[in-house]
Amino acid sequence: MADAAWLTISRLSKQFGQGEGAVSAIREISFSVPKGTFLSILGPSGCGKSTLFNLIAGLMQPTSGDVLMDGRSVINRPGQVGYMLQKDLLLPWRTIEDNITLGLTLQGISRKEARKMALPLMEKCGLDGFAHHKPQALSGGMRQRAALLRTLLTGQETLLLDEPFGALDAITRLQLQMLLTQIWQEMGKTILFVTHDVDEALLLSDEILLLSRRPGTVLRRFMVDLPRPRTPHMLAQKETAALKADMMDLLWKEVGQDGTA
Amino acid sequence: MARHDTLAGVRETKATSSWLIRLWQWGILVLLILLWEAGARLGFVDPYFFSSPVEIAQTAVVQWEKGTLWRDVVYTGMSTLLGFVSGTVVGSAVGLLFWFSRPVARVAEPYLVVLNALPKLALAPVLVILLGIGFASKVTLAFLMTVIVAAISAHSGVKEIDDTFTTLMVSLGARRLQIFTRLVVPSAMPWVISGLRVNIALAMAGAIVGEFIASDKGLGRMIVYAGTTFDLKLVWVGVTVLSVLSVLMYLGVVALEKVLSRRWSASANGSQGK
Repeated sequence: MADAAWLTISRLSKQFGQGEGAVSAIREISFSVPKGTFLSILGPSGCGKSTLFNLIAGLMQPTSGDVLMDGRSVINRPGQVGYMLQKDLLLPWRTIEDNITLGLTLQGISRKEARKMALPLMEKCGLDGFAHHKPQALSGGMRQRAALLRTLLTGQETLLLDEPFGALDAITRLQLQMLLTQIWQEMGKTILFVTHDVDEALLLSDEILLLSRRPGTVLRRFMVDLPRPRTPHMLAQKETAALKADMMDLLWKEVGQDGTA
Repeated sequence: MARHDTLAGVRETKATSSWLIRLWQWGILVLLILLWEAGARLGFVDPYFFSSPVEIAQTAVVQWEKGTLWRDVVYTGMSTLLGFVSGTVVGSAVGLLFWFSRPVARVAEPYLVVLNALPKLALAPVLVILLGIGFASKVTLAFLMTVIVAAISAHSGVKEIDDTFTTLMVSLGARRLQIFTRLVVPSAMPWVISGLRVNIALAMAGAIVGEFIASDKGLGRMIVYAGTTFDLKLVWVGVTVLSVLSVLMYLGVVALEKVLSRRWSASANGSQGK
């Protein structure tokens, strides 16, 4: 893991509206991420996580602050990161294969070439048998795999995953978490991963960023020093459990509950 | 089992073989025609006003042999089709292009609503004076009947597109034109397709009214001519042939719909769920 910061967020703020009715979504968020890091972002709902992602993805203009990737600002420059949401957003009239290769064909790569590039990953994810199916024919887990592949195939170094597994059942979710970890390790991407699930964050991340209630600010940054490959079993270990309790305490306090309750 | 029984009592769901359904469907039609004929012969349907199926058929054969019937069918059919195709293509294109500019779309929307409410058939005399009694005025009227509905349908499809799909396309690095061709157009297709059925009937109404006003050919003109000469048998021939033509065109559109929907069965309005 390189020490130089790959992604730097500096004093980033975003306010919606003007004057009286203005709502501050995030305020003065600063952090940096070395290349190849898996960073999870945890926070109470409405803490501006999606705003943060939209800013990093270059889809929104910040009120102040900057986002640097590899030393260059990405503000208003979409198409620099891979972006994946809870909704799979597969285009229903395209086959799975054509959905997965959407980003590539948008870059001007021929359909045939794009399919060739997609094939090894499709095999790895068990999607090769569904290449010519329409998304409607697939289960939620399979569709989310396809959405993940679409994100990976854009070839971006940085991936923003916004609660990608939030709508899946526990078993499917675990399968996809393992798949994501495996792919991340092989491809060496830098991943920012928004989740509501502390266990999920612990299982996947190198580091966890805890955000406050709106307007979102960085509460604390945790390192997760568990060895890899990780297993759900590790979540029950003493140190991990303590880490989890710390994070839960902070979150509880943040949403206005008594931490000892 | 009990559940099934309860439902069966609410709505009859007994499986009936499809040929039996067909038999009933056609059987009722045949029965009605027979009743009409019998009524005309026995005197409880006035044959002067309502003619009779046999007489209508005989008159149709005479017209056919003169060659005028086929000529009129082609004339009305062609003006309907040309108006339908041009109106659908132009209207859909306008409705889709509204995607590029929300302000333009919002300014244009009340005009669409008013134009849609405007009885375009009332413009027929103006069009005939403007374009003459020939083919052009009929096609134009059919075009005007369809173009607004097509534009409104396509624009509804555009408005239904879930913004997160647009976000996704932008994040994948798509340019504006790429988003239009790969997201907007295919996503609005179901709306465009659903407008087709309505529009084929509207186009035919436009073509016929055009002929009513002034024309030297077409089934509409034939009906008006026969009416003014009190040849009600010929009026009935016109009505019958128009009905058949209308059904055939409708079936054609349904077939077209089927082909199109196979390709664009769903739109990106997020209703697909997870």
